[in-house]
Formats: sequence, structure tokens, C-alpha cells
Amino acid sequence: MADIIVKAFQQAINLIISGNPEVYSTVYRSIYVAGLGTLLSCIWSIPIAVALGLYNFRGKWFVKGVFNALIGIPTVALGLLLFLLFIRNGEFGSLHLLYTLNGIAIGETILVTPIIVSFTANALGTADTQLRDLAKTLGASGFRTNLTLIRETVWSMVLSITASFNRGFGELGIATIVGGNLLGETRVLTTAIATEIDFGNFDVAMAYAILLMAIVIVLALTISLVERVRQEEGLWGKMSFWRGLGGG
Amino acid sequence: MSARLQLVDVKKSYRAVKALHSVSLDMQGGKIIVLLGVNGAGKTTLMRIMAGLENADAGKLLFNNQPIECKALRKVSTLVFQKSVMFSTNVYSNLAYGLRIRKMPKDQITKKVADALQAVRLSGFEKRRAKKTSGGEQQRIALARAFLIEPHVLLLDEPTANLDPNNSVIIEKAIVSRKDAQRIIVMATHDLAQARRLADEIVHIYNGKIVEVAKPADFFENPKSEISRKFVSGELEF
Repeated sequence: MADIIVKAFQQAINLIISGNPEVYSTVYRSIYVAGLGTLLSCIWSIPIAVALGLYNFRGKWFVKGVFNALIGIPTVALGLLLFLLFIRNGEFGSLHLLYTLNGIAIGETILVTPIIVSFTANALGTADTQLRDLAKTLGASGFRTNLTLIRETVWSMVLSITASFNRGFGELGIATIVGGNLLGETRVLTTAIATEIDFGNFDVAMAYAILLMAIVIVLALTISLVERVRQEEGLWGKMSFWRGLGGG
Repeated sequence: MSARLQLVDVKKSYRAVKALHSVSLDMQGGKIIVLLGVNGAGKTTLMRIMAGLENADAGKLLFNNQPIECKALRKVSTLVFQKSVMFSTNVYSNLAYGLRIRKMPKDQITKKVADALQAVRLSGFEKRRAKKTSGGEQQRIALARAFLIEPHVLLLDEPTANLDPNNSVIIEKAIVSRKDAQRIIVMATHDLAQARRLADEIVHIYNGKIVEVAKPADFFENPKSEISRKFVSGELEF
């Protein structure tokens, strides 16, 4: 077992150094589907989270409960549902999304929506009530108060978006069922790992797994570093965009 | 004419708990009015209503003899909380918050922030992370932030609670320096010595009721109500 791991590390380094086009394109496709999926999801997830976190309305507990429950949706179930929608005779068959990267990205979008909504809404909802009072007592309007609360919890949003990207980046069910694992077209890191295991190429599979984990870890460390700089230097405080957002 | 804030038969309950029972007060600018009372007497509730952060269940508030609603009250008053609250920005941005809302030009903001920091002896603190300053410094920042928007009603909820004597002295001096005919300063405390030092008028509140309004000398030397007498002598149980 140890031999396989050592060999896998060597293989991973060789694959990276050799500039193997298939490896790089597989990494690129993984980043593309997870990145596009997360970005698309942000378009509606953040407004939904803001509504759930900052405003009260009838049935809010139920909506929050549904999003919380959907965090754990099995990717194979979602993949199957999308497959049935995307096949030629399906509701969205005319869009030709089956076995395409964009089809996978749409699946990732749906997959990560509950993560962004639940985590961000929770962060906004539990933001210190005194912060709300502070903004109000300094003369902020209701809208401005909400902008200030969003700014104060922006880091929680960044973390939920990062977690969502990682979830999309490492999922297998949607990529396999919707993407079809077509070599050079829709093969991503997770499906590549599964394929190499099927072929008995454990070292190559491990090399892909190391690449996948390395990207996730580098991303997490980068985010942590940015947060550290933000805390120490007040970097974001100096940026006029953040000053404008909520006036702080 | 000096600023005037009146509370007429103000009542407030939180479910079954009656926090304020028909509170009436008449406060004039140019004075420091100290709200004295034990914990849970209703001081903070009263301050929050005067700050426009909460609606009274009944009664009305008048500012300069005109009825005033919560939203409008927030434009003339500000509250410094017992536990200082800081935005996750630097000290400068914390202080500039209220001025930016009021659309003050940047050069004026910079000058006013520097002056306000000097008033609370924190010159040069502009670029520091507000949340990383000490408790005493945060309370002074909170005070400077409130001073900057020049409110007609300055509400201070136990501003020196849990602070060391040095910070307390700086804060007390800064508060006294803000006395103005156009400004009503209301400070809640249960520190009798501080009340004696700062108050022009003492309002004693107990169980959500005003039990006495008096000059400090009268209140401490010759309290009219039995509850106030016990409070001053330290015999009051609650």
C-alpha cells in the first residue's frame, strides 16, 4: 500500500511536470464546471440567503428547513433527475446539455445552491443584533443597515462559496451521469479517478486524487491567507468598494 | 431655546414582563441627566426607546414640543451601548460611518475624525483594527463615534462599566465636554459616585417606574422617596 502511495506521488509529480495535455485539460474541466456552477449559483443563492437571513416572512422556517435538508442531496439522485430532463425526449432535451460540460455545471449549480443559501442565511441571521442597533443608532436607513450586516458577514459568504466550489469540484454522481465521462470532452478529475480505478491503474488514480486534493487545499489556504491579511492589515477596509458597501 | 425631550406615560412590556410602567420625563439640553437604578430597573429599555431602537407600547415622545416617531428619533439621537460594538473595519471607518451616511465631504470627515479621536485621547489610532483595540479604547472609540454625529440627544448606557479608573476619567471628561444647550445627555449608571460627579439631574428608576427626579445634592443628602433613601444607603434589595 505504501508503495502505491509513494509511486502515486511520483506519478503525480511526473504528470504535472511532463505537461500531459490530458491531465491539464482534465483539471481545467473540473475547475470550469465547479467554478461556473458556483458562480451561477451565487446569482440567486445570495439574494435568497439575504432574504432568508435579514427579513421575516410567513413560512420562513419551512423554506430554511428545505434548503438545510437539500444540503445533503445525493449527487447520483440529482444526476439521474437531470439525466431524465436532459435526454432527447426530456423537458430540456432541446438544449443538448447531456454529455456536455455545461450540463455538468448546471448540475453543480443546483447541488451547491442549498450550501450557499443555508450557510450565508445562517451567518446573516446570527449576526450580532447589536451591530444592527449600532448601524441604526448612527443614522443608517433599513437598507443601509442591511448592507452593513452583509458587509460584516461577507467573510462567511466567501467561506460558503469556497465550500460550494469544493463540493462541486469533488462530486462524482452528476459528472458521471450527466457528463458521461467522455475522454477529452467531459472527463473531470473525479470521473478520471473512478475510470483509472476500474482499469486497475491505482497509481494514476492516486495521482489524480492528489491533484484534486492539492487544488482544494491550495484554494483553502489562499482564502485563509487573504482573511489573515484582511484581519491584520485591514486590506479590505482600505478598498473603496467595501467602504461604499454600508458606509463603514 | 435649548433642546427638549419629553416622555409622556411611556409603557413597555416584553410578553408578561412589564419593563416600564407609565414613565413620564421632561429633559432639557445643557444638562447631564443620570438615570440611576439597580440592574433590571428599566434603564436600558428606557434608553432604547429614547434612541428610537424600540417602540413604546403606549405613551408618546415629544422632541422640542413636537411628537416624534422612532425613525425620526434616530436622526436626532444616538446611543452608546454598555458593551461597545465595533464594525469589522479600522478605527477611522468606524468613526466615519455616521458621517458618510450624512454625506459629509471626505476632507471634512478626516478632520472631524482626527478631532474626535483627540477628544478621547486616541490620536493616531485611525488605521488600527477597531476590534483589536482594548475594551477601554473601544468604549472611547464608541463615544467618539457618537460625538461625531453631534446628536441632540446623546444616550450613554453605563459607558464606564467594567473599565479601569484611567479610562473612566477620560470618558467622564469627554462626556462633560459635550454639554451644550442643544444637546440632552442622558447617562444610565448604577455607580453612585459617578452620578454624584457628573449629574446635573438624577432620575431614579426602580421596577420600571420613576421614583424620584432630583438635583444630585438633594437626591444624595435628602432623598424624598423611601426607595431612593434605601438605594443611596445601600439597603435596597432587589
